[in-house]
Amino acid sequence: MKALRNLLDKVQPNFEKGGKLEKFHAAYNAIETFLFVPNHTTHGGVHIRDAVDLKRTMFTVIIALLPTLVFGIWNIGYQHYLAFGIESSHAENLLFGLIKIAPLLIVSYGAGLGVEILFAQMRGHAVNEGYLVTGMLIPLTLPVTTPLWMVALASIFCVVLGKEVFGGTGMNFMNPALLARAFLFFAFPAYLSGEVWVDLTPEAGRALVDGYSGATSLAVVDANFTATPSPWDMFMGFEKGSIGETSTLMALIGAAYLIYTGVGSWRIILSVFLGGYLMGLFMNVLAPADAPTHIMHAPAYYHLIMGGFAFGAVYMATDPVSAAQTETGKWIYGFLIGAFTVTLRVFNPAYPEGMMLSILFFNVFAPLIDHFVVQRNINKRLKRALQ
Amino acid sequence: MSAEVNAPVKQAAPKEALFSKKNRKALFDPLDDNNPISVQVLGICSALAVTVQVKPAIIMALGVMLVTAFSNLIVASIRDRIPGRIRIIVQLVVVATLVTLVDQVLKAYMYDVSKKLSVFVGLIITNCIVMGRLEAYAMSQKPWPSFLDGIGNGLGYGAILVFVSMIREIFGSGTLLGFKVVPQFLYDMGYVNNGLMMLPPAALFIIGCFIWWQRSRNPKLINVS
Repeated sequence: MKALRNLLDKVQPNFEKGGKLEKFHAAYNAIETFLFVPNHTTHGGVHIRDAVDLKRTMFTVIIALLPTLVFGIWNIGYQHYLAFGIESSHAENLLFGLIKIAPLLIVSYGAGLGVEILFAQMRGHAVNEGYLVTGMLIPLTLPVTTPLWMVALASIFCVVLGKEVFGGTGMNFMNPALLARAFLFFAFPAYLSGEVWVDLTPEAGRALVDGYSGATSLAVVDANFTATPSPWDMFMGFEKGSIGETSTLMALIGAAYLIYTGVGSWRIILSVFLGGYLMGLFMNVLAPADAPTHIMHAPAYYHLIMGGFAFGAVYMATDPVSAAQTETGKWIYGFLIGAFTVTLRVFNPAYPEGMMLSILFFNVFAPLIDHFVVQRNINKRLKRALQ
Repeated sequence: MSAEVNAPVKQAAPKEALFSKKNRKALFDPLDDNNPISVQVLGICSALAVTVQVKPAIIMALGVMLVTAFSNLIVASIRDRIPGRIRIIVQLVVVATLVTLVDQVLKAYMYDVSKKLSVFVGLIITNCIVMGRLEAYAMSQKPWPSFLDGIGNGLGYGAILVFVSMIREIFGSGTLLGFKVVPQFLYDMGYVNNGLMMLPPAALFIIGCFIWWQRSRNPKLINVS
C-alpha cells in the first residue's frame, strides 16, 4: 500500500495543471480515489462531509452482491455438469463458472469504465464510482452464453444513453444495468431467451443427458406450473437462469446486509415482495377452473422464488437514484413493481420475465409517485392550517 | 433538386434577386440551424415509422418535400384572399389535394413502395411540418421564398430520414438499399443483426443522439430549448 501511495505521489505532478499529462487528470483522479480515501475537505460555508461517501455506498452494494455472485459462479458450473450427467465437486463447479464468468465481468467493467473515463475527460469532471455496481450487475442479469461483444455494446449503451446523456451518476432516471439488459433483450432476442441459460461446451466423450431441456422455470411455468423444479430448489437457486438471478436465498442475504448498512430501503424490498404475493393470491382467485395446471393456479409464493424476482427486488428496485424518494412513495413504488411483475408473467408469455420491464416502467413513474405524495402532504397541512 | 428549383424560375417575377440572402436563408436554414425534425421537432411520427429501410425513407422524403413546397407556393399565392377564420380549412384542402396526387402517383408507378409506406403517405396531411410551415411561413411571405422554404424543409426532413434509415438498415438488416453491405465473414465471426434497430424506438435513440451532436456542435442552437 505504501509503495503504491509513493508511486502515485511521484507521478502526480505530471497530472496537475501545467504538467505533461494534464489532459489525463480525470483518469489519474479516478485511479487515485479508487485506491485511496480521497482527502477532500469542505470549503466555503458550513458543510458536513459524512464518512459514507458515494464510493463506500457502492462498495457496500458490491459486498452485498458477493453471495449472489459466488453462488452464480457455482451454479453455472453445476448446471453445466448436470446437463452432461457428470458428477462434479464444488471446486470443479466454481472453477468452471469462474472461467466462464470472469470474461463477462472484465468486458463489462472495461467497456463501461472506458466510456465513463472518456466522458469525464471530455467534460473535465472526476470519474464517478457509480459504474462499480452497474458493471457487476450487468453480467449477473445475463445468461452465461451471452457473446462478449454484446456485453460490451450493452455496457456502452447504458453508460452513454442511460447515464451520461442526463448528466452522469445520480442523474439517471432509469436503472442503467437494467437498461443494458433491456437493450440486449430487444436487440438480440435470440440470445436472451429460449435455451441459452446453460453453457453447453461439449465435454469429451459425453453427450447431453436424455430428456435434457434448457428452459427456465419461467418458461415452463406458463403452460404447467407443476413442471417447475421443486420450490426448495427454486428458493436455493438450483435452477437455470441468468447468472445472478437464480438464488432467492443469496439475494435475501444480500438484502439483509443492505438493510443493516442502511444502503437499501427495506420499504422497497418488502413492498415488492408484498405486491408480488398479493397479486399472486389475486391470480389464484381468477384462475380458470378447467385448467388445473395453468400458471394462475400456481401458489402465490412461487412468483417470489422464480426467476429474477428476488434479485430485482433487492438489487435493482432499491437503486437510490431511480427509485421513489419519499417514504410513502417507496411503498407504492415497490408494491406496484411486484404486482406488475406477476401480471406480466401471467398474461404476457412473450415476456416471461416481467421483473426487468416492470422495474424500468416504475422507474419512469417514480417522480410522479413522489409528486403526488408530496402534493398530498402539502394539501393536508394546508387544510389543517386553514381550519 | 435542380429541376424543381429551376421550374418556377419562369413564373416568379422577382424584384429582389432570385437567390438573395433572405431566399438562400429560407432554403438552407432548415438543413441545419432550423431543421424541422431536430430543431423544430416536427414530423417525428413518420420519422419513426418509415425509417426501417432507406428506399421507403427516400420516397417519403420526396413526397413530403413536394407537398410542402407546392402547398407553400399555392397558399402563399392566395394568402391575401383567405379569410382568417377559415384559413386552416383552406390550407387543408390544398394539402389534401397534393397528398392525394402523390399517393395516386405512387400507387400507379411504385406499387410495392406505396404498400410499404401504407398509411403514412396519406398521413402527410397531418405531418406537422406541412401545416407548421404554412402557418409559420407561407401565410406571411411571398410565393417564391415560401416555395424555397418548402423545398428546404423537405430537404431537412429528408436528410434526417435518410440518415436515420441508413443506420437502421445497416445495423438492423445488414443491407443498404437492399444490397448486402455487412460482409459475410463478420456473421461467421458471430456478428448478429441488431433487432432493436427494426423497432421504432431505435429511430428515437438515433434522432436523440443526432440532436445531441448537433447542439454540441452548432453554437446557434445552444439556447434554443
